[in-house]
Amino acid sequence: MEKILDVKDLQINFDTFAGQVKAIRNVSFHLNKGETLAIVGESGSGKSVTVRSIMGLLANNAHVDNGSIDFKGKDLLKASPRELESIRGNDISMIFQDPMTSLDPTMPIGKQVAEPLLIHGSMSKKKAMARAEEVLELVGITNAKNRMKDYPHQFSGGQRQRIVIAISIVNYPEVLIADEPTTALDVTIQAQIIDLMKELQNKIETSIIFITHDLGVVAGIADRVAVMYAGKIIEYGSVDEIFYNPQHPYTWGLLNSMPTLDTSSDRLYAIPGTPPNLLNPPAGDAFAPRNPYAMEIDYEQMPPFYKVTDTHYAATWLLDPNAPKVEPPAAIKKRQEEYHQLVAEGKIQSSVKGGAKDGE
Amino acid sequence: MANDSQKTPKKLIEVKHLKQYFNAGRPNEVKAIDDISFDIYEGETFGLVGESGSGKSTTGRSIIRLYNPTSGEIKFYGEDISKIKHKDMLKFRREMQMIFQDPYASLNPRMKVKDIIAEGLDIHHLVKNDQERDARVNELLDLVGLSRDHATRYPHEFSGGQRQRIGIARALAVEPKFIIADEPISALDVSIQAQVVNLLRDIQREQNLTYLFIAHDLSMVKYISDRIAVMHNGRLMELSTASEVYDHPLHPYTKSLLSAVPLPDPMYERNRHRKPYDDSIEHDGKERSLKEIVPGHFVLATDEEVSLYQASAEEYNEQ
Repeated sequence: MEKILDVKDLQINFDTFAGQVKAIRNVSFHLNKGETLAIVGESGSGKSVTVRSIMGLLANNAHVDNGSIDFKGKDLLKASPRELESIRGNDISMIFQDPMTSLDPTMPIGKQVAEPLLIHGSMSKKKAMARAEEVLELVGITNAKNRMKDYPHQFSGGQRQRIVIAISIVNYPEVLIADEPTTALDVTIQAQIIDLMKELQNKIETSIIFITHDLGVVAGIADRVAVMYAGKIIEYGSVDEIFYNPQHPYTWGLLNSMPTLDTSSDRLYAIPGTPPNLLNPPAGDAFAPRNPYAMEIDYEQMPPFYKVTDTHYAATWLLDPNAPKVEPPAAIKKRQEEYHQLVAEGKIQSSVKGGAKDGE
Repeated sequence: MANDSQKTPKKLIEVKHLKQYFNAGRPNEVKAIDDISFDIYEGETFGLVGESGSGKSTTGRSIIRLYNPTSGEIKFYGEDISKIKHKDMLKFRREMQMIFQDPYASLNPRMKVKDIIAEGLDIHHLVKNDQERDARVNELLDLVGLSRDHATRYPHEFSGGQRQRIGIARALAVEPKFIIADEPISALDVSIQAQVVNLLRDIQREQNLTYLFIAHDLSMVKYISDRIAVMHNGRLMELSTASEVYDHPLHPYTKSLLSAVPLPDPMYERNRHRKPYDDSIEHDGKERSLKEIVPGHFVLATDEEVSLYQASAEEYNEQ
C-alpha cells in the first residue's frame, strides 16, 4: 500500500517554567493512501501535538528535537514557512474540535468556505464561490445557495461542524486531519458527522487521521488504530486487531473501563492512578505504575515493539518470549475469543501470525 | 443499586407539571422545561438523558432551586419546595447538594481545598471549632480517596479527576440525602471516568444516598441508573427501568438516540443501522402526556397512541 505520510522518530519537547516537558517521545507511524488512521489517547498523551506538528502549528515554546515527517518525498519539518503555507489547507488540512470557535463569527459562511481557494490562488472569486456552494451542498447544508451569506450563529452546532468540514475539504486535500471533530457534539449529530466523513472519504479519496479519546467512535470509523500513552505509541494495528486482540495492558484497561450497553456487573474496571508527569518521564514503560501486570523490567527498560502480526505491533514486555504467560482480564478474553470466532467464520481478515521480535 | 425490595419505596422527590420558561411572555420566550412530572424514590439513581438543549440540566437546576420554576410543584419528602423563600432555603439545601460538570470552573481557585470542602460546614454551623472542622475535612478526603496532605493545597494543583473528587467531598460535607450530579464525568478522561463512577456508587451504598444523574453518555447512564427518563425539547419522552429503556425502547426518539450510541465493537459498528428521528410527530397539535404502556414503563403519547405502543411492547415479549 502506498504511504502518503510517514512520521519517523518524532521527538517534541516543550519549554515551561517548571522545566522541559517531553511531550512526544519517539513516535513513528505512517498513513496509507485512502485509509482512516485513528490515534487514540487521553488528554496529555500527545495525540494533538503529534498532528499539529504535521501542520506546522506547534506553540512557540515547542521544539522538534528529532524526527522526520515525510509527505510526498518532502520532509515537512524542514520545509520553509512559505512551503508549509502552500501545503496547509491545500494538500493537508485540519478539522478542529470546537465548531463554535473555529469559525469566524463576522464572516458569511460562503466566504469562509471559499477562503482557502482564494488564498491558494487556484481560482477566480466567482469560481471559488461556486465551488464553496457545491461543497456546502456536499456536506449536507440544505439550500446552500441561499445560505451562503448567512453567518455562523444562524446555524446549529451540527451544521457548523459541517461548515468547518466544508472549509477543510474545499481544496480536496490528500490528507485530512480531524482533531476530536465530534467530541463537542451530541450522539445523534456525532453519528451523522461520522457518516458524512466516511462518505466524503469515498467521494474525494482523501486519507484521514482521526484523533479521539472515544473508542466507540474509533470502532466505527477507523481502518487502523494507534494507541498513545504518555507521549508514545504503545500499540498499533488494524481496527479489528486492536479491539478484538489487544496486547498492551493499557489498551486492555481502556477497553475494559468503558461500559458497553450490556455491562451489568457491579463495578466498572478502573485503571488505578493517573498518567505520569512528562517533565520527568519514567525510565521504563510509562504505564508500569498503573499496570497490574507490570514486571520488574517494566520499571527499568522501555519495551520495544513486538510483532503480533504483519500489521499489529505492541510495546509491552509481556510479548517477550521470556515473559510469563498472563491471563488478560475476563472482558478482554471474551473479545479475543470473539476474534478467533470471527476469523474462523471468515467475517474478518487476519494477517499472518508473526514471529517473536520486532522488525520494522 | 437495583433495590428490588418488596416494600414500596418512599418518594423523595415528586415533580409535578413543572414548567421552566425563560423570558416568559416575551417574543424570545424559551420553554426549557415544558410540563414534566416524575418521582424519584429514596435510595435509587434516577438517570436523566437527552441531547444538549433538551432541558436536562435545567431540570436539575430547577429542582435544587437555582431557578424559580414558572409553574408546577417540586416536593421534597412531601413538602413543596418550588415556592419557598430565600431564607427558608438553607434548610433544604443541606439535604440536597449538587456536583457540577466542569471540575475546573466549579472550584474557587483562590480557596484552599479544606476551605472549599468545609464551606458548607461553616454555613450550616455543623462544626464547633477548627479542630472539629479539620477532622471532618480529613474524614471526607479519606472517603473520596484523596490524601490528607491535599487539604492545604489549591485547586490548580490537581488533575481533573482529583478535582471532581474535591467537588464530591464538598457535596457530601453537609450529609445530604439527595445529590444532583450534572454530567459529573463528561469532562474526565476515559480511564478516570470509571474511577469516579465507582466512587459515586460506593458512597451511595455507604450513605444510602439518592442520585439524580444527568448525562448524555448513554452507556454510562445505563450502567449507573436504576430508572431512566429520556428528555427532548423540554419534555419527557419515555421513562422506565434502565434495562427496559435500553432493551425495549418504545418511543421513536429513544430508539433513534440508542441507535446513534457508538460502541467499542467494530463488527457492531459495521452493521449499525441508524434510525433517524422526525420530530414533526411532536408538533401535530395533539395533547400528549406520559402514559403507562406496560407496568412501570411510561411513554409520551396521546390516548390513541397508547394501544400502538402496547402492541410494540408485546412484540418485544414475543421475541
